[in-house]
Amino acid sequence: MEEIPTPSKEQPHHPLDDLIRTDRIPHIWCPGCGIGTVFSACLAALKASGINLQKTVMVSGIGCSGRAAGYVKLDSFHTTHGRAIPFATGLKLANPELNIVVFSGDGDLFAIGGNHFIHAARRNMDITVICVNNLNYGMTGGQVAATTPYLAKSTTTPAGNPETPFNLPLMAYACGATYVARWTMLHIRDLTDSITEALCKKGFSFIEALSPCPVNYGRRNKQKPLDMLKLYQEKAIIKNDADPATLDIDFEKGIILGKFIDLDRPTFIENYDKIYRPSRLQENVPELNS
Amino acid sequence: MLKQIEGSQAVADVVALCRPNVISAYPITPQTHIVEDLSVIVGQGKLDAEFVNVESEFSAASVVLGASAAGARTYTATSSQGLLLMAEVIYCISGMRLPIVLTCANRAISAPLSIWNDQQDSMAVRDAGWIQLFAEDNQEAADLHIQAYKIAEQTFLPVMVCMDGFILTHAFEPVDIPEQKQVDDFLPPFKPRHIVDPRWPRGIGLYADPRFYMETRYILHRAMEKSEKTIKEVSADFAKTFGRDSGGFIKTYKLKEADVAIVSMGSVVGTIKDLIDQLEEEGKKVGLLQICSYRPFPRQEIYNILKDKMNIVVLEKCISLGRGGILASDIRWSFPRAEKKDRNISSFIAGLGGRNITSDDLRYMVERVEKEPVELEFLGLKKELISDKDL
Ligand SMILES: Cc1ncc(C[n+]2csc(CCOP(=O)(O)OP(=O)(O)O)c2C)c(N)n1
Ligand code: SF4
Ligand SMILES: [Mg+2]
Repeated sequence: MEEIPTPSKEQPHHPLDDLIRTDRIPHIWCPGCGIGTVFSACLAALKASGINLQKTVMVSGIGCSGRAAGYVKLDSFHTTHGRAIPFATGLKLANPELNIVVFSGDGDLFAIGGNHFIHAARRNMDITVICVNNLNYGMTGGQVAATTPYLAKSTTTPAGNPETPFNLPLMAYACGATYVARWTMLHIRDLTDSITEALCKKGFSFIEALSPCPVNYGRRNKQKPLDMLKLYQEKAIIKNDADPATLDIDFEKGIILGKFIDLDRPTFIENYDKIYRPSRLQENVPELNS
Repeated sequence: MLKQIEGSQAVADVVALCRPNVISAYPITPQTHIVEDLSVIVGQGKLDAEFVNVESEFSAASVVLGASAAGARTYTATSSQGLLLMAEVIYCISGMRLPIVLTCANRAISAPLSIWNDQQDSMAVRDAGWIQLFAEDNQEAADLHIQAYKIAEQTFLPVMVCMDGFILTHAFEPVDIPEQKQVDDFLPPFKPRHIVDPRWPRGIGLYADPRFYMETRYILHRAMEKSEKTIKEVSADFAKTFGRDSGGFIKTYKLKEADVAIVSMGSVVGTIKDLIDQLEEEGKKVGLLQICSYRPFPRQEIYNILKDKMNIVVLEKCISLGRGGILASDIRWSFPRAEKKDRNISSFIAGLGGRNITSDDLRYMVERVEKEPVELEFLGLKKELISDKDL
């Protein structure tokens, strides 16, 4: 009888292990949290895209989502709160060969860091931004964010949120992003495909991944861990090319998912070189880092 | 009423008793519970205030600046990175002489990221023209907020109440929360000096060319110096009304007879006092000088109290990188150069990034300075984590 080898401890146990700093596991994410699923979609996409992972960098800000940079086995940076995008911009400009993935939370990217998002999209910086939108600041204990639905409860809106949240895909589009999509962490294949596509695409790409935070958001809004997933399943309306103005998140009427924008326009570096370094374009001057 | 509550809750309760009109903040550990608790108080209708959930500390500071300029009593709180992000506005607030009260739940600064306590954050803005008061325990933290509004509104200087993150903010202790009437009697309604009001158009924060700018700094510096009197009066007044000593300029513990004088501020003075008691039983005379008002700096007072002490040791949770102990520099500066050359002022840095300061550490420190003066030493440093190539 043929002997089945028992896997040694060093052997990878998970198909994505080679992209994970396994020495840092267990991770900090709570049971029922969606960030891990979005993270693994991102890792699967990094593999599927065929891009050179030796030249790929992940940048995160601060937050539960921001911890991703600490778990990925790539060059990665955990920046200060809100500053992942300008940090990524600097990386890209100093070394345009790099593929840059920004992986961060809704608070980090759209509250404290919102200003950077709109300008990077306007410039069409060639980076891929993945936002884990869990509708609150998970890490600090569930405070209201710029994405918290109207009337939802949070630790700083105990009587309900009086403000209107952002429609993130609309904002990305309005600011100039060339690729915009939204999925939930339940739509894992679509999400992975979208990230793969975005990684291969030149220009500013934005993917919003809706994800539950049962511990903070769910608890205060009377949602059990599975309730949010059921909502994602029941209320999802897949509508590619939907008008970005119609994409407000509405858990009653439905949440529109899909790829909304996929267009081409010159990136920041292309435009810059055209005006300030016309000679480089002709002579094919070697990159800064070589 | 005496309540067994978290330090953050105590501060929130007391701030609410001071009836701020506008509160604005952005969450950051370890400050978060304070503003969450305040949002609950406002949410329950127990305090009639605008609670503005902003998108960053930069906005929080700007919102209270605007509200204060329009005549409102305002409150904000932050820590660490949040205070650094506020820095630009912090200077504007004092420059515009707006009596804003801010709680700094003291926390270390990135990088590397640390959420734990030290006092580097408030030190980073010590020169900004804000009064900085340091709390020893949660009762004092609560009391200082009531005093802070009174001091701020009498001097037109902003006040930062500094309390050690986690050690105080997250500790449950019995705290006496005064009655609303007591606070109302002590703290009259805010009477702004100038208000932004279209009926009396005026500009604030406008451009001051070289003919005018320097005088604004001089006036602010003098106002900071003069606030010394107000800080002492308000603290004395507080003691009379509420029946306990809180705040003021400096405090001492068993200092008179002491051969070694320890100087420090914040919650670590509790551990220091315990050690002093132990050492006393062993026959050693060690005393404490506790700084409550770090800015304005009580130089004269310190000199008067320490002038006969020949062995002084400063313990602090912050450092001026490339220079050394910050509080130690201030203390060294408090003595005229020519006087008593054989006075030793030792400097110890401790507790950075939340490392515990134990009684044993402090005992070692005292024994060390009994033998010889120490220019600068990091207490509890793990030498095994540092290799030669790091240096
Ligand atoms: C300047 C600054 N302010 C505040 C904080 C505290 N803080 C850390 S993470 C966070 C919010 C994170 O929310 P989000 O980006 O949505 O991430 P999540 O935890 O929800 O994944 C805040 C406010 C900080 N680290 N730095
Ligand atoms: S707090 Fe929320 S977002 Fe953070 S790990 Fe837990 S469930 Fe996830
Ligand atoms: Mg979030």
